[in-house]
Amino acid sequence: MSLGILVLAVLILAAAGFLAGRRRAISSAGGDPRRLHSLPGHYGQFAALLTAVPALALLAVWLMAQPMVIEQRVASLLPAGDASTSSLVMADVRRISTGLQRLAVTDGLSPRDVAGLSPEGLAPRLRAVGVAVTSMGPETLAAARAHRDLQDRLGFWMVVSVLATSAAGLGLALARIRPDFRARNTTERFVMVILIAASLVAVATTVGIVMSLLFETMNFFRLYPAQDFFLSLTWNPQFRGGSDLGIWPLLWGTMYISFIALLVAVPIGLLTAIYLAEYAGARARSWAKPAIEILAGIPTIVYGLFALVTVGPALRDWFAQPLGLGASSSSVMTAGLVMGIMLIPFISSLSDDIINAVPQSLRDGSYGLGATHSETVKQVILPAALPGIVGAILLGASRAIGETMIVVLGAGAAAKLSLNPFEAMTTVTVKIVSQLTGDTEFASPETLVAFALGLTLFAITLVLNVIALFIVRKYREQYE
Amino acid sequence: MTDATAPEAAPPEPGSLFAPDARTRRRNAAERRFRAYGLGAVILSILALVLLLTSVIGNGAGAFRQTFIAIPVTLDAAIVDPRGNRDIEEMKKVTTIGYGRQLEASMVAAVAAAGLQSEGISDKDIAGLLSKEAAAGLRNRVLADPELVGQTVEVRALANGRVDGFFKGRVTMESAALDSNITPEQLVLAQRLREAGLITIAFNPQFLFGPDASELRPEAAGLGVAILGSAYMMFIVLVLALPIGVAASIYLEEFAPKNRWTDLIEVNISNLAAVPSIVFGILGLAIFINFMGLPQSAPIVGGLVLTLMTLPTIIIATRASLKAVPPSIRDAALGVGASKMQAIFHHVLPLAMPGILTGTIIGLAQALGETAPLLLIGMVAFVREFPAAPPEGFFDPASALPVQVFNFTQRADPAFVERASGAIIVLLVFLVAMNTVAIILRRRFERRW
Repeated sequence: MSLGILVLAVLILAAAGFLAGRRRAISSAGGDPRRLHSLPGHYGQFAALLTAVPALALLAVWLMAQPMVIEQRVASLLPAGDASTSSLVMADVRRISTGLQRLAVTDGLSPRDVAGLSPEGLAPRLRAVGVAVTSMGPETLAAARAHRDLQDRLGFWMVVSVLATSAAGLGLALARIRPDFRARNTTERFVMVILIAASLVAVATTVGIVMSLLFETMNFFRLYPAQDFFLSLTWNPQFRGGSDLGIWPLLWGTMYISFIALLVAVPIGLLTAIYLAEYAGARARSWAKPAIEILAGIPTIVYGLFALVTVGPALRDWFAQPLGLGASSSSVMTAGLVMGIMLIPFISSLSDDIINAVPQSLRDGSYGLGATHSETVKQVILPAALPGIVGAILLGASRAIGETMIVVLGAGAAAKLSLNPFEAMTTVTVKIVSQLTGDTEFASPETLVAFALGLTLFAITLVLNVIALFIVRKYREQYE
Repeated sequence: MTDATAPEAAPPEPGSLFAPDARTRRRNAAERRFRAYGLGAVILSILALVLLLTSVIGNGAGAFRQTFIAIPVTLDAAIVDPRGNRDIEEMKKVTTIGYGRQLEASMVAAVAAAGLQSEGISDKDIAGLLSKEAAAGLRNRVLADPELVGQTVEVRALANGRVDGFFKGRVTMESAALDSNITPEQLVLAQRLREAGLITIAFNPQFLFGPDASELRPEAAGLGVAILGSAYMMFIVLVLALPIGVAASIYLEEFAPKNRWTDLIEVNISNLAAVPSIVFGILGLAIFINFMGLPQSAPIVGGLVLTLMTLPTIIIATRASLKAVPPSIRDAALGVGASKMQAIFHHVLPLAMPGILTGTIIGLAQALGETAPLLLIGMVAFVREFPAAPPEGFFDPASALPVQVFNFTQRADPAFVERASGAIIVLLVFLVAMNTVAIILRRRFERRW
């Protein structure tokens, strides 16, 4: 039975539960709903909730736990090896197991036929059903068979237990329905629990992020000394081991690019916000503001392609090569410039809010003393808005540091400590992507370093965000 | 009585109010300058937008039109069905190489029939004008309809990427001279075929509906798998993020007591909204793939990761629109005897719905364009097979639109730049459509109290 049908069955059972609960409530009151504690629908809801929610929760937990249980059981059947080879063998086992299932379907094999298959001559048959297998010994095949077997059996028990839970919930609910049963209160408590659980998802996400980063980072530091990571000035991963994994070249690239991006975005964004808030007429505002907000809605991959295809070659041909500064189209300048464009709407819309929050009385006072418009802006509004603007810049910096696609496509991959902005450099995010994409095995420091980089990134942006949010919030209260 | 003497009065300034003095002029000039800076900044940002869009659209518009070669092909039964029994299983043993030979012969014959001299060009070069994908297409067509064997069929095949590039101005005679994949003679022949009407340039549905193709066949690469994968992920995000987000917002906005614990949840949510997206990718890799054992490059994992990313956006939007519903509505409902839960679910929530939906669509639009986390969960893999129908298809490997753009940019052939930009146009069309729906919803249903 497929997953979709199982979920559908539970939902149908819940719908039936609703009708049954309602009817039972009315009949228990002798057909007179006024004798019930709650509305008949509440009894129905109670039955439906009790039928669906525990069963679906069980299903979710089962689906998460099943692969882990199977892996553990099957791993004990395989000869012990080191972590990386056993993960490869495990992948083979999984593939063969899928292949066996497909064979059973296409060739109509009974379970006994599958048990009698021998490793010889099996590979071509598996290939015929779309499963490519690299190596297959008798142990692998036996493990795959056990895998298949466990999967089938657990799958069967999953269906049985989910349906049983659902039916038990329905029975329990129907048994409890009596005219004086406080169905509305019970249902509302039930719903409340669901609401609280939903609001905890966000907390669970943060915990998940921190745990996964910390856990793998600790694994990394077990394989690679922490002081080398934090103090070494070279980044040179070797997939045969003996690599240098110093974070400084990456941090330098990140900071340099973010700095250039802010150098572009802060003046333009701030001036744009000032012009639109203080000078522009209603008509100019009504089309210029949405146009700039479009920039904010464009996905970063589009900016990345823009950097790769247009900005990079243009900078190289017009600036870098004539000035003799480099011949690479991906450079700190390319990425910084494009990222600056991306940040303009971010800075300008945040500053716009902050400028508009400055009370009119401050402006009027300044005009009354004879200041010109620009003097008012520079000497009254900006100082009053300064903390908020600093907050906006910090948020922009956190955005720039965590940005990935623009730097992957625009900044290059060479980890360097250099001052020349027309040279290709790389960032923390680029290296996270390059160390974790493709076939990864989780036992080498070259892969695990990505988690340490991720943790660094998370920590930096967290600090920036917390400071910025604190400043912005504090500032907003100032004039309220 | 004071000892202070009045400062010596300055001599009255000559001049009138109508003739500004030097200082006023300076201040007015500063005012004009400042204004010009502001205007300049606005113009610069709009210029950046225009440049960005023209660059993408200019590069990508060509991807929707493709060069096709139309030739009659006689399907020789001796080659495509050697046993002559029209048995599909037997015919499947004939590889694309066999069909390639057929196409080559037909191509040479077609060139000759068009009265074009082809001296100095080998038969292989003539056939080289066709895409390598053409043979596979022909083979699929024959396997779908074995009755075609022995007949002469009209084949409208894709032209080679270089030939296509020649007609789009990407490939020139000079670049062809240096290129091992095409010769200037072939381009001359292609030009003549164009004049003879055998080569046409037309809308290319395969770009929108076909699967991706290998690095050597840019002309055949399509977005079908990516669009489907993105659609699956958006479905998962919608189904998970909307209910969870709304439930969380209702609790936080309407029920939560004000204490340290709920404060922590709130700080946590505004913080999650600012966590770099790549960190969510690491979370997906560590938790969903390594820990839970979900398959790599599957829409289910992408959907879950994007759900967690979209959740803060939806929660923030939902809370704002719940807050905008005036307390009088709640009070009235409570006053006629509704429970708090009933007041919220029956009265407040329906009134807040347009705002919630707007926020959800904007969150979905963000999720649709997100690339970085999907790279980490293996969506970069080269996927040619369409995923199955849901729900099983959620666990099949698939691609996603923004990741497909990234994939195209990583390939050497410059023809893929056109493909990547074309894919972005498709992505932007989806985003514009979603945002338009959001704006319409807001305009039509938003109520001011």
